[in-house]
Amino acid sequence: MNGRLVVAILAAVALLAAAPFALDAYWLDVLNSVGLYALLALSLNVILGDAGLFNMGQAAFYAVGAYTTAILSTQLHLPVLWTMPLAGLAAALFAAVVARPVIHLRGDYLLIVTIGMGEIVRIALVNDVFGLTGGANGIFGIPRPVVFGYKIRKPAEFFYLIWAFVLLTVFLFDRLEQSRFGRALTYLREDPVAAEGSGINTVRYKLAAFVLGAAWAGMTGTLYAAKMTIISPESFSFWESVVLFLIVILGGAGSIPGVILGAVLVVALPEAFRGFATARMAVFGLVMMVMMIFRTQGLLPLRRPRFRERDLARAEVTRAEVPRAEAAK
Amino acid sequence: MEQFLQQLINGLAVGGIYALIALGYTMVYGVLKLINFAHGDLFTYGGYLGLTLLTSFALQGHLGTFGAIAILTAMVMGLVGIMGVVLERAAYRPLRESPRLSAVVSALGASIFLQNTLMLIYGARFQVYPEGLLPQVAVSLFGLQVPLIRILVVLASVVMMTALYLFVQKTKVGTAVRAAAIDQGAARLMGIDVNKVVSLVFLIGPALGGAAGLLVGLYYGQVNFTMGWIYGMKAFTAAILGGIGNIPGAMVGGLLLGVIEALGAAYISIAWKDAIAFCVLILILIVRPTGLLGERVAEKV
Repeated sequence: MNGRLVVAILAAVALLAAAPFALDAYWLDVLNSVGLYALLALSLNVILGDAGLFNMGQAAFYAVGAYTTAILSTQLHLPVLWTMPLAGLAAALFAAVVARPVIHLRGDYLLIVTIGMGEIVRIALVNDVFGLTGGANGIFGIPRPVVFGYKIRKPAEFFYLIWAFVLLTVFLFDRLEQSRFGRALTYLREDPVAAEGSGINTVRYKLAAFVLGAAWAGMTGTLYAAKMTIISPESFSFWESVVLFLIVILGGAGSIPGVILGAVLVVALPEAFRGFATARMAVFGLVMMVMMIFRTQGLLPLRRPRFRERDLARAEVTRAEVPRAEAAK
Repeated sequence: MEQFLQQLINGLAVGGIYALIALGYTMVYGVLKLINFAHGDLFTYGGYLGLTLLTSFALQGHLGTFGAIAILTAMVMGLVGIMGVVLERAAYRPLRESPRLSAVVSALGASIFLQNTLMLIYGARFQVYPEGLLPQVAVSLFGLQVPLIRILVVLASVVMMTALYLFVQKTKVGTAVRAAAIDQGAARLMGIDVNKVVSLVFLIGPALGGAAGLLVGLYYGQVNFTMGWIYGMKAFTAAILGGIGNIPGAMVGGLLLGVIEALGAAYISIAWKDAIAFCVLILILIVRPTGLLGERVAEKV
């Protein structure tokens, strides 16, 4: 990690820490939404950006997580934040079960299947499946989260909770991208046949990416349920999945800073221009078309390590220096 | 038994509409290997344009009911067909050589754009077709009382599908379309202008979709700007069910899906009606991705 990056990260953290003192409750709430969407988009980015799987049903995993939290905390009275790992686990299990039979499908077919899956989940929630989800009205009265005996209630308090989780997520997903697992995903996205030929079990890696992304969306669902205290099926419609897809594509698939920029643009910009709110989706649609023609890679695309002549020269110098140093000993 | 037959006819009427829309998906997929997500929204434009033309020109007063509907259908098909050609030029042609994801995202963007411009123009509320446009009579068919409109919808869709089938199978231009679907490079070498074929496909598919939109308006008496999404998904399911890229497959798939849905709604649960179609979609993709009539081998890689 180079010095400039460290400074940039520290500056971002300092700005975030200071934000509640500078902004009013309304803008903090907008930033909370940005944070939640950033988390969801980062979770989708593992599936769509890193593994290259067209998933347009991310809202379903989000819903599974949020409903897990809502049911556990209202029926069994578990503390909200304790249900977070359980929500992640439920979403992950659900993803593993539904994705296993369809994971081999090619791009656009997978997209259609995930749309169908998301709709089936929404319809199941509306129809009060197992008598637990409260039908079209949803579940209300979800208790506030408690951190070290302190009850989180105000937007400013939620702000710290959400953005702390965003920072943690960015850190973990950045490490993930640099890992063996992340490189395997990149490989199978760029060339599945060659990846399979090099001994990467593509089905297992794709499934792992799907499950991981779903788990993260599920945990974000916990935060959402805790913040809203009421959830209903309408919060997890097809359009949520579309907006998440758009955030990842707009920002730059596979690029963490890009995804966060995308979340800021898609969520905060319509708030800044009020008259824009009704035309919001039409503009997004137009942006998607224009982007694909003129800037396919997104606004802040992933920067790949690239071979440069300079690197070769430097490597030769080191190679020449090493024996000399040994001879001098 | 009577309920079964009623549901069967109901299913055939809705299925005919699905089949008309599915033809657009399947033709575009056949030639470009692209899922035209905006197709469902072009269908919605058909419903809205039909309403606007009907009310603004007072067609019925001049031409009588059936003359008005014939002229209206022709106008809607023409306009929506032109929209399809423009859409292809603007959103898909620049991406012909790009990776698949780009075209898919562009198609999604086009869908969102078209749907929301419609909302900005007409507003978010349901738009209601004028009442009493068609005589509210029931026809006695095999001892069943079937509303006239239901029979007309089935007839109209069957006539249009047959015309398309004959066009593609029997005419020289239709042969060019089939050739471009099989191998674009070879078709070009045989002197076929593939770009013209693509434009033609984007004229015919959306024209049929627009006609389906008009039929929905006449059948249910109202249109909504978001209806293209759900109809589009169902029609796409129909296209997959019959085997995508296969024109008779889209017809069979559409009718079959309509019947499955109507019977499922009647005998299982009406609340799960939409979920039934999506389950059919997922099952067919898992079990038989080539569809019922598809001889085309699904690409695995």
